[in-house]
Amino acid sequence: MTQLVDTRTPDPKKFIKGATGDWEMVLGLEVHAQVTSESKLFSGSSTEFGQPPNNNVSFVDAAMPGMLPVINEECVRQAVRTGLGLKAQINKRSLFDRKNYFYPDLPQGYQISQFKDPIVGEGKIYLDMGEDGEVEIGVERLHLEQDAGKSIHDQHPNMSFVDLNRSGVALMEIVSKPDLRSADEAKAYINKLRTILRYLGTCDGNMEQGSMRADINVSVRRPGGEFGTRCEIKNVNSVRFAGQAIEYEARRQIDILEDGGTIDQQTRLFDPKLGETRSMRSKEEAHDYRYFPDPDLLPLEFDDAFIEALAKDLPELPDEKRARFITEFGLSSYDASVLVADRESSAYYEAVADGRDGKLAANWVINELFGRLNKEGLNVTDSPISAEQLGGIVELISKGDISGKIAKDVFEIVWTEGGIPAEIVESRGMKQVTDTGAIEKVVDEIIAANPDQVEKAKQNPKLMGWFVGQVMKASQGKANPQAVNEILKAKLGL
Amino acid sequence: MSVDADTVKRIGRLARIKVQDSDVEKLNGELNTILEFVEQLSEVDVTGVEPMTSVAPMALRRREDKVTDGGYPEKIVANSPLSEDNFFMVPKVVE
Repeated sequence: MTQLVDTRTPDPKKFIKGATGDWEMVLGLEVHAQVTSESKLFSGSSTEFGQPPNNNVSFVDAAMPGMLPVINEECVRQAVRTGLGLKAQINKRSLFDRKNYFYPDLPQGYQISQFKDPIVGEGKIYLDMGEDGEVEIGVERLHLEQDAGKSIHDQHPNMSFVDLNRSGVALMEIVSKPDLRSADEAKAYINKLRTILRYLGTCDGNMEQGSMRADINVSVRRPGGEFGTRCEIKNVNSVRFAGQAIEYEARRQIDILEDGGTIDQQTRLFDPKLGETRSMRSKEEAHDYRYFPDPDLLPLEFDDAFIEALAKDLPELPDEKRARFITEFGLSSYDASVLVADRESSAYYEAVADGRDGKLAANWVINELFGRLNKEGLNVTDSPISAEQLGGIVELISKGDISGKIAKDVFEIVWTEGGIPAEIVESRGMKQVTDTGAIEKVVDEIIAANPDQVEKAKQNPKLMGWFVGQVMKASQGKANPQAVNEILKAKLGL
Repeated sequence: MSVDADTVKRIGRLARIKVQDSDVEKLNGELNTILEFVEQLSEVDVTGVEPMTSVAPMALRRREDKVTDGGYPEKIVANSPLSEDNFFMVPKVVE
């Protein structure tokens, strides 16, 4: 369709070693994202997941003769919102085409899709690749289309069961440019796209339920050389599988080329059990889809006011939120990325950081809270510690009321028992001793009781650590460590 | 524009219509006659004319996002040659 353009500079770190030299992979993704809507794209039946077989099916979805499609305006709005979120061109006039092929889960014998004139044109997605910095990946287009039904093969020895509940549900197909150069980038792309869709509320991004699936185009070439022949891996439904499928497929192609062979353009399937891709023979001839404009549907047209109304209500998106966290709270780029990965985490963090030390809040949210939630297999929305409670702990640390070490104990208490951190610290006598008089008294006692150690420490100042330990022990960890250090230094004459 | 015998067979396959070898020549002739007939349209100069998408100047009708249909699986599978638990049953298709 469009001319392929190489936008990237070859990076030796991403090269794959072959027997005859280095290779580079070129990847492009087509992500199918289920549009969040109550009813289907062209019929009034429900999109609800997990319903009994063929319950969410109308005569339109079952392609009964004489039934006509009528477009769901919310699906149109969702596609435009997504386009705006991808900083893409919105096409005020787009067309629906029929993509013709036969399969038992496609009762119409064609899928209503958009071929020549999609609703959304070129856009961009930025990936934060850690050390490699930010990478810009081009989006070629986004179009609306119908999902197919579902076939189940394990219910009968020689029959397949077909459930059309998903048939006709709206999908957005989001096509990237061939700008990706490694499995890690492809994984980051899927994650970032999912984050954006979830922020926008246009797709729930649930890959386990099939709300998001990726077709991955893989080819290899000599670094910076001509694009090679590609193979398409269909329907990958997890980020991890995407990585495995890409690594396997690139290696398979390199082995063929190094043995003097050529790559046949193919549709392939990834088998997660075997960790390999294999050819889908049935699709070999299906490539001739004979697209033509759907005579049942007029062009989809809207005006600038329609787009502006949607743009006005768009939420703050992850890239902007991340930039704001960095400037407003002084966070590192990495911490900010972690916090904006989903909307719930960022909202939680903002509630903790509100009016408090933003960096400290980020440390506690990321290291203590997320660490603990991960361990227990919980989501941030199920956290037993509210943002207000964690904020309370952060506040106590900032004020010097408790040390970081005691704060972990308070965290544990709030996690298991609940309660208000300031009250817990007060009632259980966990408050840090910053009263230098009291600390001096403890220091004096320990110095008096350990004359030998005092002598040794004077020879070797590193031994002061032993005294710090003793003081902390004597104060049950409540002495302010900084004050202890200073007093000890003075008393020992170090 | 015209088609050859191979194209006729391929179109047949894509449309799931069984074309006997003995019929190919006849079908080829018929298809080419149809194509020639339609070809006459290319004699008209349409430079600068927008493709017509509707005979009446009207906009695509849209509906609200509401569940108004479905919930009758028995009717959906009623005409199916074979069904079980409201699933359609078809000869096994496995990749």
